[in-house]
Formats: sequence, structure tokens, C-alpha cells
Amino acid sequence: MMRWLTANNVTRWLPWCLAFVLGAAVAASPADVAFDARLKKLDEELRCLVCQNQSLADSNAPLAQDLRREVRSLADAGKSDTEIKAFLVARYGDFVLYKPPVKSTTWLLWFGPFVLLAGGAVAWWMVSRRRGRATGSERAAVDGPAVNAGVERARELLNDPRE
Amino acid sequence: MKSLRLLVPLAIFGVIAVFLFVGLSRDPREIPSPLVGKPAPTFNLTQLHAPGEKLSTADMKGQVWLLNVWASWCVSCRVEHPLLVQLAQSKVVPLIGLNYKDRVPEGLAWLAQHGDPYKLSVVDADGRVGIDWGVYGVPETFVVDKSGVIRYKHIGPVTAEALQKTILPLVRELQKA
Repeated sequence: MMRWLTANNVTRWLPWCLAFVLGAAVAASPADVAFDARLKKLDEELRCLVCQNQSLADSNAPLAQDLRREVRSLADAGKSDTEIKAFLVARYGDFVLYKPPVKSTTWLLWFGPFVLLAGGAVAWWMVSRRRGRATGSERAAVDGPAVNAGVERARELLNDPRE
Repeated sequence: MKSLRLLVPLAIFGVIAVFLFVGLSRDPREIPSPLVGKPAPTFNLTQLHAPGEKLSTADMKGQVWLLNVWASWCVSCRVEHPLLVQLAQSKVVPLIGLNYKDRVPEGLAWLAQHGDPYKLSVVDADGRVGIDWGVYGVPETFVVDKSGVIRYKHIGPVTAEALQKTILPLVRELQKA
């Protein structure tokens, strides 16, 4: 069965394989590589509608393949990234974008976390200010007797030699 | 005052619980279409039963119609199909089928087997028109008004409830307009 892998055959086919690989490398000019990289980046920013947690670049769903083909043909026609995204948003809505646009309906999404953070900071500041206002003596008056009694009791239990 | 402050975490919990509950009860597969309220994307496609003839969206102007996206390979299309056949018999509204990413012989065989509710079906073999209509899951059903504006989109198999409570009332209202 393995006869075709003899040294003779390898030497016969190796030049052809090399020629094929080199030919492919030459055919992919820098411009093509840059174009493909641009498409890949674009596909990664677009969501596959069928498998919603995958980008167009990651997904093998038939619709994702179609949309990738569509993105490529639009790019071939000279459309900019913004125009391509607008094309898809017009048909599938903002959901097709992985990064939602900032607009009135998405304000809560974009700024909500910062509002919560600010709220937390304000609450923390108010609590710490109230704590700070209570002076040392006030705190001792409140905590003092109880703490001292506790320490005494602990020493007794531990049979502290100082007693 | 002090007991009121104790209620604050409970209130926060309540708000989060409501958000999460609403989030759970929504179907993430149902993505609102930006096309609702906009003119239907135009097409001029070959008819499934008459390869020499075409149907364009312009031909449907002046009447309320439904576009149902279907395919012979689509399993859930079989679920809604009996309802569509019933709807066709009632002759309330013309139903146009968009045979999406299918092969013509298979599409024809499927209609022969399950019944043909469509006034006619058009062939979108490469799914190009499907993309224009924002189709991402078959079956989908669109309600188009007399002036050619999409008024409603139903994603997934049409249910008896959706048909009786949403689609048909809308169709009747649009037919009066």
C-alpha cells in the first residue's frame, strides 16, 4: 500500500510540490494579503446571526459563509468598512455589530457601569466621612468598656502569667 | 431611618431580579428587524413553477401580501406548513413563497408532497435576496402593505396564535387602508 512513498517517487514529486507552494506564495501579493487581513478584521467585528456568540470570521454556518462572501464582494466593489457595516446594519440591525453603536437607546449599556461606579464612589466617600467625623474619644467611649472587658476575659482564659 | 437603610440592598436585588427575569423570558433568537416600517427590498426573481417567468416586488403593489421564506431542507417549515395551506384556502391574503437556498427539483417535490399554499414561489438559489430581506433563519414571514412597506416580520414557524392574534388582524387593517 505504501509503495507510492518510495524514495524514487518522492524525488520525482518533490520539485512539483515545491513549485506549487512557491507559485501560491508568489501569487499572494502584498496587496492581496492586506486586503484579506482587512476582510478578516471586518468579519471579526460582525456577528453571525445564526450562532450569535460567534463572529462571521469564526462561524461556519451557511449564512455566515454567505455574509462573508457578501462582505468580500462589497469590498471588491470598493466600498469602505463603514459602508459595508451600514449595508449589514440596514438589513440585520445593530445586533450584527459586535460593538454596539453609542446612541440614545444604548446609553444605559455604555454609561450605566460608570454611573454605578460613580454611585459606589459617592457612597464610599459618604460612609468614610461619617466614620472620620466620629472622633477618637467618641469611639473609645463607645468601644472602650466592651473591648477592655473582652481583653480581660481573654487573659483570664489564657492564664496570662502577667495576672 | 435605620430600618429603611436596610431595605436598600433588597431594593437593588429586586431591580436586578426584574431585569434578569425579563431577560430570561425573551427569545434571543428574535432579533428585531430594522426593515419593519421601511419599503420592502425589491427583487425580480424567477418563478419556481415557471422558469421562463419572473415576479418582481413591483408586481405586488396595490395589495397586501405575505412573503414566506421557505426551503425543502428546512425542518421547522414543515411545522408551519399546514397552517399556511389553511390560510391559502381561506384566500384572505396572497402568499408569495421565497424558496431560499434550495434546489428547484427539491423545492417542487417538497410542495408536491406537502401541498402548495403559495400563489407562486420565486427562486432565491444563492440567498442574495434573503440577505436583502435580512433573513437569518428559515422560516420567516413578512407582511407587506399596499404601498410596498414591510409592516411586520415573524421569525420562525408561524403559529396559530401568531396568525390569529397578530398577522391576520394586521392584514385586515392594512387591507382597509
